[in-house]
Amino acid sequence: MTKENKYILQGQTGDWEMVIGLEIHAQVISNSKLFSGSQAEFGGEPNSHVSLVDAGMPGMLPVLNAYCVDQAVKTGLGLNAQINKYSVFERKNYFYPDLPTGYQISQSQYPVVGNGIVEIDLEDGTTREIGIERLHLEQDAGKSLHDQHPQKTYVDLNRAGVALMEIVSKPDLRSGEEVSAYIKKLRAIMQYLDTCDGNMEQGNLRCDVNLSVRRPGAEYGTRTETKNVNSIRNILMAIEYEASRQIELIESGGKVVQETRLWDPGQNITRSMRSKEEAHDYRYFPDPDLLPLELSDDEIEQIRVTLPELPDQKKKRFMQDYGLSAYDTSVLISEKPLAAFYEAVVANKRDAKRAANWVISELLGMLNKQGKEIEDSPISAEQLGGLIDLIQDNTISGKIAKDVFSIMVETGDDAVKIVEEKGLKQITDTGAIEKIIDDIIAANLAQVADYRGGKDKLFGFFVGQAMKQTQGKANPDIINELLKKKLAGE
Amino acid sequence: MTKLTDLTIAAALNGLNKGEFTSAELTRDHIGAVENARALNAFIVETPELAMEQATASDERRKSGRVGLLEGIPIAMKDLFCTKGVQTTAASKILKGFTPTYESTVSQNMLDQGMVMLGKVSLDEFAMGSANITSGYGNVISPWRANGDDKQRIPGGSSGGSSAAVSARIAMGATGTDTGGSIRQPASVTGIVGIKPTYGRCSRWGVVAFASSLDQAGPLARSVEDCAIMLQAMAGWDQKDSTSVNMPVPDFKAVLGQSIKGLKVGIPKEYRVDGMAPEIDKMWQQGIDWLKDAGAEIVDISLPHTKYALATYYILAPAECSSNLARYDGMRYGNRVEGKDLNETYELTRAAGFGDEVQRRILMGTYVLSAGYYDAYYLKAQKIRALIARDFTEAYKQVDVILTPTTPGSAFVIGEKQDDPLKMYLEDVFTVPVNLAGLPGMSLPAMLDDKGLPLGLQLIGRPFDEETLFKVGSVLEKAAGFTAKPDMGWVNAK
Repeated sequence: MTKENKYILQGQTGDWEMVIGLEIHAQVISNSKLFSGSQAEFGGEPNSHVSLVDAGMPGMLPVLNAYCVDQAVKTGLGLNAQINKYSVFERKNYFYPDLPTGYQISQSQYPVVGNGIVEIDLEDGTTREIGIERLHLEQDAGKSLHDQHPQKTYVDLNRAGVALMEIVSKPDLRSGEEVSAYIKKLRAIMQYLDTCDGNMEQGNLRCDVNLSVRRPGAEYGTRTETKNVNSIRNILMAIEYEASRQIELIESGGKVVQETRLWDPGQNITRSMRSKEEAHDYRYFPDPDLLPLELSDDEIEQIRVTLPELPDQKKKRFMQDYGLSAYDTSVLISEKPLAAFYEAVVANKRDAKRAANWVISELLGMLNKQGKEIEDSPISAEQLGGLIDLIQDNTISGKIAKDVFSIMVETGDDAVKIVEEKGLKQITDTGAIEKIIDDIIAANLAQVADYRGGKDKLFGFFVGQAMKQTQGKANPDIINELLKKKLAGE
Repeated sequence: MTKLTDLTIAAALNGLNKGEFTSAELTRDHIGAVENARALNAFIVETPELAMEQATASDERRKSGRVGLLEGIPIAMKDLFCTKGVQTTAASKILKGFTPTYESTVSQNMLDQGMVMLGKVSLDEFAMGSANITSGYGNVISPWRANGDDKQRIPGGSSGGSSAAVSARIAMGATGTDTGGSIRQPASVTGIVGIKPTYGRCSRWGVVAFASSLDQAGPLARSVEDCAIMLQAMAGWDQKDSTSVNMPVPDFKAVLGQSIKGLKVGIPKEYRVDGMAPEIDKMWQQGIDWLKDAGAEIVDISLPHTKYALATYYILAPAECSSNLARYDGMRYGNRVEGKDLNETYELTRAAGFGDEVQRRILMGTYVLSAGYYDAYYLKAQKIRALIARDFTEAYKQVDVILTPTTPGSAFVIGEKQDDPLKMYLEDVFTVPVNLAGLPGMSLPAMLDDKGLPLGLQLIGRPFDEETLFKVGSVLEKAAGFTAKPDMGWVNAK
């Protein structure tokens, strides 16, 4: 399969290609809201984190939270983006009960961050650059609760005014895999920067999908915007659904209408929400309560020097210093705590490749099964390191190590303790092993004769016997060496 | 002895200091005057108990030697300032019964300086108007009447409750707000002094917003000195208002009576508009002569973009108001009229809550911000606004202050101009450019016209140079010797 081919969708009348751009709303990590001093924390009793400003009381004025600006600039720098020294907060006007002032303060014409680039890592180890069009700061709205009363809708304003970064990609994404990789990378970058926790379940990272289809290489088609897709799984389903819908529509002689659609997670379909004609006229204009946001080179520089090592830099270092493959590396760096865990495991000059295998296959496999995050791992990095040490100094074999690992998960005990208590220490005493092998040969003379007659495959039988006798504790290298000698009649 | 209600703030502070009377006595007399003058309909809410409480507390403070700038002085508060525990309506039915849990920065500053609040005075609904005939709580009537007629006349607007109360001697001073002339025009037509300071001098926090980039609070009082005292108490940087300016507030009183010898006074030719009453011209010339006599140098200047100011203002102010008033939706506070669904509830609520003028401006503002019209209206108006501001910047390279009339005529009869909003908007032709440029402007009474009604002169200063306005204002005040008072006979007879 050539590289281009993986982007092709087969229609009735020929090949199609998806063109996707994402608008991601990322909640800024900050103690207080974008324009008021109320707590920005998730949760709390309804309407317990609401100031007079948030509630849109008469005469109340917004005051910009400088920390949120720093966070946006930091994120912009992490996206290799241009930081705009002049940006403007505008009002986006529309009526809704969870929008107390009747307008959302956002940035339209002059966003704080301009063009940037995110490099995404694909499963085949290749990378692609996805363009960022802009990042701007805006307020979140409150929450309408439709399920509290049979007739009434209740409004919770805890979230109203919380700072969001809207990150708009260029229409550079071509497949579900790329979309997924892009979201994961963006989330990783923000987690590394500590600017957004990326928690999609709590709604701290939300995604609108702009999608159109075209014949490969042709002009862009008409796009639709799908809202309300709040997990990577749903996003992938929405993309698949929307692309097929558009292709079928065009192939049956119809036309894609530019509109806003809503993802229905119950039926796994997208539904028309409003057409272009019905689109709100938001009547953007500069918010006269706020001055334009001006940043100096100095201020930007002061933020730049605080940047931590970012995923791409870490990836480069992991590949260089640890000799890991591109894919293994991209898995390890995908989450900041996972990368930190790996680095703790690999410390003390442990074998980097072996450590990577253990973290990726065993640890992540186990966490996945238990539905746990790396932060909740029942085995600490030091403990896993201890287990690897035992393999490295031949105290136990790799096979036994997997059993020890399972016991560690259950009990939380250190590997050394388990090996000690269960007597799992590898038998490396050549004399003892030689004695066992002699017994096996004596008890299986027929097989010995067959082997010597040319049935090489029987060698495995003897190894199995030896392992059985030692409950797997014998050093496999020594067994192999001795068996070969003895069977050869030496 | 002079009635306590006839005293200026400065004289009252002096009397209080000397122990000639107490704030309680001063306040009691004013409360009585307020009650007697209800025919003016100046107050939406009277707060006599609160006033007496504050007066008594003030007298206690004075005894212990703590004396604020407004210690014990009874003041009327424009009902656009949110006052903790006292209904605040912006003269709109949509806010009837709304009682803030917070105090605006300006009124808090005044309370901190010992103010006694007599109550909340009326205004044009949401400060939109020049005649105080759009209030949801009835027209405010000026205490002034023309010679030989008893027609009800306007007190100006939007701070019409303020101007009526101060000129009728029922409050010693009042707060106002000025978006396009709402302090200066009412002061002018009622024969009192009013100053709109530089945009950013007073905090807008807790003041119900009309057009945020133009709104500015200021005082109305019966002398230049009283305005200086009041502004001193009101002004100051406020972190809660990002557009307020972090600059020290100078001692405005210190410049009163200083010589203006050699000061350059600009006379803009564009302010000689068609249809201006001959008396206005006469008064303007009189003002020029007074300043000449005091040693000032008169310089003819040009502010070429003046003719676009009104059109610019009536695009920008409605645009901002259309957004600022979106919060009055009946959802969280204020009045709600239930409809069959959310949209109908919005429609019924806002149709019942807002008067015609407010609805007209919301519609205009919504229109000029709409897709397809934004560039032609809003954006162009912003550009012209910059040109108007530049006119002034250029002028201030040649002159220190500008002298103009405040209004094109004296107070008109209630009902006149009411059928034609455009005629009404012309009331602001001399005051609006000052707001667009964010400059300080003062109106002070110069003389009575043939009908016996007051006419005012306007002084326009450089940004944050209120001191020159106070200095020149005190010279003009002395030269004019304006002592006319409205005949309160008809008011108190009711």
